[in-house]
Amino acid sequence: MGLSRWDAKYTPYLIITPFFVVFAIFGLYPLLYTAWVSLHDWQLIDGDQGFVGLENYSRLFGDPNFWNALFNTLSLFVLSTVPQLLAALGLAALLDRGLRGSAFWRAGVLLPNVISVAAVALVFAQFYGRDFGIVNYLLGLVGIDPVDWRAETWASHLAVSSMVMWRWTGYNALLYLAAMQSVPKDMYESATLDGASRWRMFWSITVPSIRPTILFTVVTSTIGGLQLFAEPALFDPGFAANNSTGGSDRQFQTLVLYMYEKGFRLFDAGYAATVAWMLFIVVLLVAVINFSLTRRIASKG
Amino acid sequence: MTRMKAGPLLYGFLVAVLAASIFPLYYSFIVASKDNSVLGEKLPPLIPGGNLVENVTRVFDTVDFWLAMQNSFIVASTVAISNVVLGTLAGFAFARLRFKGRDSLFLVVLGTAMVPTQLGVIPLYMLMSDLDWYGTLQAVIVPVLIGSFAVFWMRQACEETVPYELIEAARVDGCSVLRTFWHVGFPAVRPQAAVLGMFTFMTAWNDFFWPLIVLDPNDSPTVQVALSSLASGYYTDYSLMLAGASLAVLPVIAIFVLLSRQIVGGIMQGAVKG
Repeated sequence: MGLSRWDAKYTPYLIITPFFVVFAIFGLYPLLYTAWVSLHDWQLIDGDQGFVGLENYSRLFGDPNFWNALFNTLSLFVLSTVPQLLAALGLAALLDRGLRGSAFWRAGVLLPNVISVAAVALVFAQFYGRDFGIVNYLLGLVGIDPVDWRAETWASHLAVSSMVMWRWTGYNALLYLAAMQSVPKDMYESATLDGASRWRMFWSITVPSIRPTILFTVVTSTIGGLQLFAEPALFDPGFAANNSTGGSDRQFQTLVLYMYEKGFRLFDAGYAATVAWMLFIVVLLVAVINFSLTRRIASKG
Repeated sequence: MTRMKAGPLLYGFLVAVLAASIFPLYYSFIVASKDNSVLGEKLPPLIPGGNLVENVTRVFDTVDFWLAMQNSFIVASTVAISNVVLGTLAGFAFARLRFKGRDSLFLVVLGTAMVPTQLGVIPLYMLMSDLDWYGTLQAVIVPVLIGSFAVFWMRQACEETVPYELIEAARVDGCSVLRTFWHVGFPAVRPQAAVLGMFTFMTAWNDFFWPLIVLDPNDSPTVQVALSSLASGYYTDYSLMLAGASLAVLPVIAIFVLLSRQIVGGIMQGAVKG
């Protein structure tokens, strides 16, 4: 076989190999190995202390802190994802009108997305200060008593969700906008002739036409929203002293934060791996439910 | 509803949205320029003060912020270059080269995007300890040298811009696959490669969770990890924290402001078409 035949046959494989190697070692292997670790009494520093079967799992199911973290994760996920995607949809519809300086507005709504999550969390932690925070100041102007944003479950969930929304709404709006711009214009024209209202056209033409993008954003924000870590971690002032538990009573401790506490602060790697694996199952479940739900809603029109 | 004329009400609303986008940034610069005591005042501060230099100096005194910036820069630029090079090569292969199993291998690439890597951090940490990589920058860099997004993105770019005929012609002229890539493929997708480079740079610069786990915060952290250690102490020093946050944001803001047109254009192109 000549050199050029060899080149044509094998070079393609050679240049796609790096991706598969990196994924296998740093993506797939750790994920599968997590399941294995979760079946052991495994200490992060001292290593494997023996196979325990499903003991970590039964311990997990009886662990109120796990259920609390699961509840917080789902609550934060719903509070941040649903309003965020709806707001993004509305914002995209507005940006889709013939605007002057459209590039400027698009860049403006994307700006929050390029700010690091650590920086965002620090600024918002200051906004939500109990005594001197700007949010309580504004509430005071309309006669509402100061809220202790870190102490109460719902208040803290709203605060943490607002960070997520601030960072991601514009990004999703731009994805929707891109899809909206490829919807054929004559569909709107004939609907206008039929006397359809703007609202009706939005739900019967725009939304069904951009369905793939909606599905895409639902799946990606499900995966992201269920893995919240930095926002709740840094909202707890104890974080840098390495004792953040997501609030004094764990009122905003998410599953990833709980995994971090167990694995990297208490060094119980086996238990932390169990939390991780349960979270993986939750992510899959929610993604499937969301996927089928969105499909149904978006296809009805 | 598309192409309907936009009225003043809409522009007013968009100005409000824009203000909400910018406000947290503006606010962190304001607090960064103030003395901590003003935060105890009744009215939240909205006008810059005169303590910016002092607060920035304190940031550098509290943590080794230069080193952290330098580390983040090394990490982000290495990851960006590597994703561009490896991603463009792989994208080119998937779009324009013929080889057995091409389509199914690409489906695998797409499928990997669904694997939440964050959940594998415990074995990943143990792997890094075994390799003796804990606390080193390669522990942050190597796992993200190439990602599915880069492959996906560059494949799409090649499909849209590199004509098959040119590839064939170069091959008939006796060019090797790599030479064909370099002289025909890469020049055509340079703009998309640039957008990918910026994206990956910003993502790597902003990464928090994994560097926090695998780097020693007291030794040689990235800038995001250094930020989190500024938030330490019994009383919260907001001026210090937000001075650090403002500094850490500056490089990405600079990139974004300079190249926002391309970045936005990139996102608009990359969206899943409806």
